[in-house]
Amino acid sequence: MSKTGIGAPVRRLEDHRFITGAGNYTDDVNIAGQAYAAFARSEHAHASVRKVDASKAMKVAGVVAVFTGADLEKDAIGPLPAGWMIHSKDGSPMNAPGHPCLVQGKARYVGDPIAVVIGETQAAARAGAEALEIDYDVHEAVTDMMKTASSPIQLHDGAPKNTCYEWELGDKAATAAAFKQAKHVTKLQIINNRLVPNAMEPRSAVGDYDSGTGVSTVYTTSQNPHVARLVMSAFLNVAPEHKLRVIAPDVGGGFGSKIYVYPEEVVCTWAAKKVGRAVKWTAERTESFITDAHGRDHVTTAELATDERGKILALRVHTTANLGAYPSLFATCVPTYLYATLLSGQYDIPAIYAEVDAVYTNTVPVDAYRGAGRPEATFVVERLVEVCARELGIDPATFRKRNFVKKFPHQTPVIMMYDAGDYAASLNKACDIIDYKGFGKRKREAARRGKLRGIGFSTYIEACGIAPSAAVGSLGAGVGLWESAEVRVNPTGNVEILTGSHSHGQGHETTFAQLVSERLGIGIDQVSIVHGDTDKVQFGMGTYGSRSGAVGMTAISKALDKVEAKAKKIASHLLEAAEADIEFKDGAFSVSGTDKKVTFPEVALNAYVAHKFPSSEIEPGLKEGAFHDPANFTFPAGCHICEIEIDPETGVSEVVNWVAVDDFGIVINPMIVEGQVHGGIAQGVGQALLERAVYDDSGQLVTASYMDYCMPRADNLPSFKVDTTVTPCPSNPLGIKGCGEAGAIAAPPAVINAITDALGHENISMPATPQAVWQAVRKGMAKAAE
Amino acid sequence: MPKVTMTVNGTSASADVEPRTLLSQFLRDHLRLTGTHVGCDTSQCGACVVHVDGRAVKSCTTLAVQWNGASVTTIEGLASGDQLHPMQEAFREHHGLQCGFCTPGMIMAAVDMVNRHGGVPDEKTIREGLEGNICRCTGYHNIVKAIGAGAAAMTGGKQAAE
Repeated sequence: MSKTGIGAPVRRLEDHRFITGAGNYTDDVNIAGQAYAAFARSEHAHASVRKVDASKAMKVAGVVAVFTGADLEKDAIGPLPAGWMIHSKDGSPMNAPGHPCLVQGKARYVGDPIAVVIGETQAAARAGAEALEIDYDVHEAVTDMMKTASSPIQLHDGAPKNTCYEWELGDKAATAAAFKQAKHVTKLQIINNRLVPNAMEPRSAVGDYDSGTGVSTVYTTSQNPHVARLVMSAFLNVAPEHKLRVIAPDVGGGFGSKIYVYPEEVVCTWAAKKVGRAVKWTAERTESFITDAHGRDHVTTAELATDERGKILALRVHTTANLGAYPSLFATCVPTYLYATLLSGQYDIPAIYAEVDAVYTNTVPVDAYRGAGRPEATFVVERLVEVCARELGIDPATFRKRNFVKKFPHQTPVIMMYDAGDYAASLNKACDIIDYKGFGKRKREAARRGKLRGIGFSTYIEACGIAPSAAVGSLGAGVGLWESAEVRVNPTGNVEILTGSHSHGQGHETTFAQLVSERLGIGIDQVSIVHGDTDKVQFGMGTYGSRSGAVGMTAISKALDKVEAKAKKIASHLLEAAEADIEFKDGAFSVSGTDKKVTFPEVALNAYVAHKFPSSEIEPGLKEGAFHDPANFTFPAGCHICEIEIDPETGVSEVVNWVAVDDFGIVINPMIVEGQVHGGIAQGVGQALLERAVYDDSGQLVTASYMDYCMPRADNLPSFKVDTTVTPCPSNPLGIKGCGEAGAIAAPPAVINAITDALGHENISMPATPQAVWQAVRKGMAKAAE
Repeated sequence: MPKVTMTVNGTSASADVEPRTLLSQFLRDHLRLTGTHVGCDTSQCGACVVHVDGRAVKSCTTLAVQWNGASVTTIEGLASGDQLHPMQEAFREHHGLQCGFCTPGMIMAAVDMVNRHGGVPDEKTIREGLEGNICRCTGYHNIVKAIGAGAAAMTGGKQAAE
């Protein structure tokens, strides 16, 4: 292994600009003469907007213009679409009303944008928005996903029972038959709490229009600028695709929330043309809370059937998924194909049946958040398995091992074909590292200090490397999910990689350069990674679903194959040898069996000078592109074990020990991978212990700032022990499975399994706040006293 | 509009500002020092931390006019020319950042923490000292390691007096 090649913990090349304040985030972009946008948002969760009176707003000093939904309608700016078609079990297509970028008729959640005020300064725009007089006809709101389907309140004309779809997956009859045979059934009611992604950089957009060229440009906080351009051109009619440039510069975290096209970047781009100057908008944090797509929010009934020896026979779930007020871009696939397809977990389960009802409520739209469906599935499976093991009196590690998938490939009853893995290896290694055998001693020692200590497992699996295009197309996806790359070798031998993946914290500028360094034998300082600009990169599907390594890097690898093949041809002319005799190693082409060689930069120069080969046979230049469409999903899996101590007097839970052993296949940069695991665990612990978005009955989000929504802070978390096992991924040449979401998927059930182990009963929901834990401790004591 | 004059990163800076101008706005909008970030507007997240007269201040929650005559250091002024500050170096070496958005505030808060403790704080002290800085990417694991290492480099490794 070279110091900068695959597998090396290379320090990140992008860090210098971030640690010196030289990063370039969207809000750092300023265009001469720019104006500012402020959005007037619905203060009601459900209301018809009768009239927007802008006369007072227009008199506010510095206000340039006011636009409403009617102005968008006049210019045929379309509503935000749902990008994934789901059919109900009766065969009918989903009910997916579009989301107008400014309210046209009814506002359906607090924060729904009604009008935009453009001002000379941010303060003037905001003062103008305050001065707008909006006449509402306020309707009753419905925020409870369990009541919305039977509510007389109707959000959308085209969605009876406030329902998007009633979907199913799996064999209902076979599952019912297996349950009849079962000796034991474990049944749980599970709430997967609603979360706010909370990337630290608030969303922002700067729209600009060049009347000379007719090109609109928007700088925006996006995880996938090409998809944003496609949606804004093909569906929203903001500008034709070839006249629209989307730039996502440095982006300060995404976690899914920056995948989607939001009203604000659409309006800023459109308004820039209207007012003839650039228009900038940056969210305040509370605006982020009430407009960024939320995550999770399921209510589930789940049952697990086993035989007398604890062998799993079948699993059955019914889930209600809250989509919020509108179907966001990928929202409809999250509680279906990203959720129910993972309900087999790491286990050999003969029969599975899942029903999912997706419903609308007067709340912010819900879409993919780190893990997206897979954390919800893992929570269901890992809670069921843990509780079942406890009910049967079987050690939870033993119970898991007894039911693990052991032979690969493995076809689950819910679509997925697991390709490779060794689940027992991860579990055994995690048990060794945490000293599982010594847990009893640690528990007794904690008891002497007055603490309740518990241990919890989570053996998760996820489907990443999203995704094989034809497969997702057959399931309803509106797009293909391949990735593209271009390798541009310059005459001086350094290399630019243009990628459709987008980095917003993942470190692509380093890991992608490591691949190139390994392949071409040049230093990583000779490689630059270009991403996030639709004018530079031809096309790309962006970064989410842990896809950039498995899919994005494979596209680069394929383009490198082509570069190498062409360079070999050129080298054969330079070395006056047959092409078949040319070997490429350590950055040099040589004639096998001789000491004749030519370096990669020399070949690059000759490719452009084009003096020494017949250009009738070989085109000058050295630049190749590739599109890679994966053959399968990838299946990262692993085992996380959490130990918690509860103070029964205060209900405070402290995570005192955390071991993660993950199988991500081949790892490009272990330092970066560990960082991804740390961050994912923190978000999962946040979900389990601290975070919850809360709406009151009238539809006000009562947790809309960091004073009210409890983000994990440094003193809520321990240091983590992170390790790996490796089974290379067989479906891509690099063997990569992906690591971005694992922690967030694995962590919540590990925490809750540890807490319930400590409590001695299962009666606790997420987030297990000190108040909830204190009450659960009392409940346990009362039960014990009975 | 009142005139504000302060020394920012060793250079005198002066501007006529609206009285309501926040220090963060003065730095970002008037001086184009965009390394200081605003993440929450309510002094919870700490992305906006700068040093004012040697002490950490959340610049999104204080008015520029309050600091007339003060000396301000932002993330752009922490290094000495090409020589990174030891805390900057430690964040890079220990992978204490991912998306980079909270990083300027983290580093400025970390330097202040070490200055206040006068040595290398232990892990518990570092974690408690980060109460006012939120990171969504790293899970804090590597930030805590980086601050320990940065503190050692700043102080020659001596332990903080408790």
